Amino acid sequence: MSSGSRIKPEEVREIATLSRLRLSDEEVAALTQDLDSILGYVAELSALDMTGVEPMTHAVPFDCPLRVDEVRPSLPLEEALANAPRREASFFQVPRIVPGPAGGGGEEDL
Amino acid sequence: MDPRAATSTIASIAPAVRAGKVRAREVADAYLERIAREDAALGCYVRVDAEGARRSADAVDAAVKAGRDPGPLAGVPLGIKDIFCTKGVETTCASKILRGFVPPYESTVTARLAGAGAVSLGKLNMDEFAMGSSNENSAVGTVKNPWSLAHVPGGSSGGSAAAVAASLCVGATGTDTGGSIRQPAALCGVVGIKPTYGRVSRYGVIAFASSLDHPGPFARTVEDTATLLEVMSGLDPLDATSVPQPVGAYAKAARAGREGLNGVRVGVPAEYFAAGMDPEIEAAVRAAHDELARAGAKLVPVSLPHTKYAIATYYLVCTAEASSNLARYDGVKYGARTADPKSLEELYSRTRGEGFGREPKRRIMLGTYVLRSGYYEAYYGKALRARRKIADDFTAAFSQCDVLVTATSPVPAFKFGERMGDPLQMYLADVLTVAPNLAGIPALALPCGFTKAGLPIGLQVMGPPLGEEACFRVAGAYESRTQWHERRPPDVGGAR
Repeated sequence: MSSGSRIKPEEVREIATLSRLRLSDEEVAALTQDLDSILGYVAELSALDMTGVEPMTHAVPFDCPLRVDEVRPSLPLEEALANAPRREASFFQVPRIVPGPAGGGGEEDL
Repeated sequence: MDPRAATSTIASIAPAVRAGKVRAREVADAYLERIAREDAALGCYVRVDAEGARRSADAVDAAVKAGRDPGPLAGVPLGIKDIFCTKGVETTCASKILRGFVPPYESTVTARLAGAGAVSLGKLNMDEFAMGSSNENSAVGTVKNPWSLAHVPGGSSGGSAAAVAASLCVGATGTDTGGSIRQPAALCGVVGIKPTYGRVSRYGVIAFASSLDHPGPFARTVEDTATLLEVMSGLDPLDATSVPQPVGAYAKAARAGREGLNGVRVGVPAEYFAAGMDPEIEAAVRAAHDELARAGAKLVPVSLPHTKYAIATYYLVCTAEASSNLARYDGVKYGARTADPKSLEELYSRTRGEGFGREPKRRIMLGTYVLRSGYYEAYYGKALRARRKIADDFTAAFSQCDVLVTATSPVPAFKFGERMGDPLQMYLADVLTVAPNLAGIPALALPCGFTKAGLPIGLQVMGPPLGEEACFRVAGAYESRTQWHERRPPDVGGAR
């Protein structure tokens, strides 16, 4: 395949939306080029005969014991919330996700 | 107390502190003073915790005075890669998106080290989220190679390797997802090991690619590295992939190597001398094979036929896992948050667009692409099967030999900026280190020479699952017959 044929800028924008990444036009252009060349390289795996090969999802060659399923103390609320950029009472705060009486959104409506 | 002295090792410091002959505080102060003088030019530390270090050192001294044993790392000053969560000490993974994050808990590795009497000097620089091979992807500044300030230290644990090489700590922690301990160890001329997957707990280590992430230690000698790994290793109920097998006698194995390698079979895989390898590196590795043979080892030619697929497999698996792991950085629970988002979607996408650097974005994008419905089997599914074939190669090889000995990096340290323009070229430099991560086997790097330009060359010793002792024995044998580990880079204090 020739360069630029594996992935197009529109598809890069679509992936960025799925990844929740806001990208500039310059970033989209650079990533189109980068992803195209990397996808071209990894296509060499097609040469491998995978018939009957089981997927390997992890590298633990041993049985790992499970711990006893019992209730243990968890992080105190104040410590768990201490790093929150915005919080209210015992909650993490985010912009409104259902329209309020005044409509709109944004953090100022919280 | 001179951090550059040959006796500034765990093997000499810890017994002296335990016996009350040297005070841990005196050792910590010597290293803090050296960091203050040398690190402005090197950039190894992102955060020096002088107060915390003095407090821990004083506690060690108080224990000794009270007749208690502070442990096998008594008073040993260590640097901690900024990927390990340290309770109460900011931990950012060298990323803008974790700016200000102060972990409410401690990683198992750092807790074990502190419990053994070690003194943490601070947090070390790295490539953002451990993604990189040159430390150029750090959002908080570059790290210079102590052997040549124009060259990179390697990555992603570049700060760890450079700090150990420059005697800014006795040992350091690192993580290795595709070579991130071994490659910087090779480029900076120090020892580092990525143990068997599950041998060292990942609890409290910020995740990049969970099935490939391996925490491990750095030090200047094989025995010191072994001592650190003994403390770091062991079953941890907080990591579901932690293995229950007993921890080996690594330091003893390193010392046993000094008695020779009679009966040890050293495998030499032809595929690890492929085109593109620097001729000076190839010559140094061939000379190391000869040295191991003189120590009594038998050299066995072996084949790892799927080696050429390792990079493609690795970058599909690691990006898929990264795209999932890095989904947690959304501006809600911790770290940076974009200003005044108008919706939840905007909060996520702007926080992430502003907070992540180039390389994490590239990997999140590639990972999301290969996991997409319709593409999953063509990319990720295929990579998981290729991973099995690569692991099977090692199983077959270890039926013929006890360890494999190769180069760690096909090239010595390169100059800043030299490879940043082409991410694929940067990825291809990981060709000798990624396969052990895919297979989960232990792999150790140690110095085996210098190029004519004076840059370090690293040897790699790989073993079968839980074969750390064999790796340490062979590395200990090689080190005892050579002097590379005795060289020190020049001081750079004041240089810019």
